[in-house]
Amino acid sequence: MSPADIFKPWLMKIESVIDEAPDVKTLRLVFVDERQGREFAFRTGQFGEYSVFGEGECTFCIASPPTRGGAIECTFRKAGRVTSALAGLEPGETIGFRGPYGNVFPIRDWENKNLLFIAGGIALPPMRSVIWNVLDLRDRYKDITIVYGARTVADLVYKRELTEWAARPDVTLVSTVDPGGETPDWQGEIGFVPAVLDKLAPASRNTIAVVCGPPVMIKFTFPVLARLGFAPEDIFTTLENRMKCGVGKCGRCNTGKYFVCKDGPVFTFAQLQNMPQEY
Amino acid sequence: MKGMEIETRSINREALAKWISLWRSEGKRILAPKKIGDQVDFASVASLDEVSLEQVQTVQSPKMAIFPRVEELFSFHSADGRVELRDRNLEALPETVVFGLRPCDAAAVAALKAIFTWDSPDSLFSARLARTTIVGVACSRADADCFCTSVGGSPGGVEGSDILLTAMGQGDYLAEIVTARGREMLQSAGALFGNAANTDKESRLAKVQAVFDPAAVASALSRLFDDAAFWEEQSRRCIGCGACAYVCPTCACFDIQDEGGISGKRLRCWDSCGFGLFTLHTSGHNPRPLQSQRWRQRLMHKFAYMPERQQVLGCVGCGRCSRACPVDMNILEHLQAAAEAKP
Repeated sequence: MSPADIFKPWLMKIESVIDEAPDVKTLRLVFVDERQGREFAFRTGQFGEYSVFGEGECTFCIASPPTRGGAIECTFRKAGRVTSALAGLEPGETIGFRGPYGNVFPIRDWENKNLLFIAGGIALPPMRSVIWNVLDLRDRYKDITIVYGARTVADLVYKRELTEWAARPDVTLVSTVDPGGETPDWQGEIGFVPAVLDKLAPASRNTIAVVCGPPVMIKFTFPVLARLGFAPEDIFTTLENRMKCGVGKCGRCNTGKYFVCKDGPVFTFAQLQNMPQEY
Repeated sequence: MKGMEIETRSINREALAKWISLWRSEGKRILAPKKIGDQVDFASVASLDEVSLEQVQTVQSPKMAIFPRVEELFSFHSADGRVELRDRNLEALPETVVFGLRPCDAAAVAALKAIFTWDSPDSLFSARLARTTIVGVACSRADADCFCTSVGGSPGGVEGSDILLTAMGQGDYLAEIVTARGREMLQSAGALFGNAANTDKESRLAKVQAVFDPAAVASALSRLFDDAAFWEEQSRRCIGCGACAYVCPTCACFDIQDEGGISGKRLRCWDSCGFGLFTLHTSGHNPRPLQSQRWRQRLMHKFAYMPERQQVLGCVGCGRCSRACPVDMNILEHLQAAAEAKP
């Protein structure tokens, strides 16, 4: 394959399939071409196009951190044609992957700062990559706080990792479910993410906030962060506009003059304030 | 083209017919305006007799020469749990001459090239373009939908053509040899050309009055971005059919789809920002849920985003979208309205 073949994917073998939540799965993928597997490099925040041959392509972030090479992981909800096909696959089967695409979370710039991660529902996967990335370089960062919410307890993804983060003395994990989504033995918060964040009231001084979630969660979380004193430049998010090509050509992911696939998917709130709301 | 003298020659209709036959004998695919039923469109032709040069403009643009409606990106073959991908053989793409296109369509190549080659070059597009020679024919007539002179073009503009012909009367054409590729074309056919006695092509060209300044339109559109009422008024008639995008010589938005089951093809297909499905997320969320927002995207992309991001206007003023629109939306009127809108 020549590097000029921008639409031709790498063949990936499914190493394992993890059931995360109802209709949510994680695929662990290794390159069929071992040399490519060794040479493949990406940075946290980037995404790819995953394909089931005969069904088409789908856009997901790389949900694993670059600090743990050898395989990449993606987490998705079974929703449309391609994700339904992906959800039906088993270990050993072959899919396509092209990437990495897009910009990155600037974690170098975040060194010696506190990090506040805020995620909702199926938007934890892009954040999981950056969380593990900074946890694998733990001594470069100060306090790490994770606020994660889902509709119901069952909808929380990465349950084993949530348990692991909760047990770590160097991580503060606050998990919450929407009112009515709790189970009798639920130990976490009950409430929507913005409200839980408001109550937690984390300090904004020397702190970077990273927010990923459904548009409605993002919409109500930004004002809370602003009240807490976070500067728009210190709030990061990752946009998830529909994409086909991933390389700035097919014309559908733009918000205003910005290509989410090339200029993003990572943007600061300061950038978003100067962009049309086409996301 | 820059810094290179444009050589002028002449060719008469009889010699032109021989020249086209020569391309044919060299195995080239020739795409030219051809009357099919009651409309004229680009189609494969074998001789000058099949070519129609009387119309102001074809219904569809010649962009399919370098950006086909549907094209295979690669094929996949699954057997015994293994998948094999097979590349397109780019060497097998046909050498093509696009003949008889208007200067606006020739100028559109720069816009397509900008889209497909900025940042990460698209090898399939580039391979097609490298095999394409453009022999344009200047406009002796224009209609009310033409506005090339408002977007940097002209009825006799040479930009994008390798050779541009201008009808000088009595079956004679002035031939302007614009590019190195054009000069190469002449090497095997030089005897068909004479010296150009009369090079005064201006008097032969259609007159198209410039009616707006694209920079002023771009700033007006950007200023109006959040004026929902303006865009709603502009697009109230729009039925979102996408005809404007399909006939447009610069529209290049595409979809990627698989066909053929587990052993099939991955295809790139024309798409349009006018469709609600274009940006619809699987979740049901849509960043551009309203037709007015999609119409805004169409104008912004061509007149504001492309000039800023790719240093080229996304419109060449061919007027096809206005002619093709089933509800008679006229882009020229809409752009003028934007330019004149009070802040």
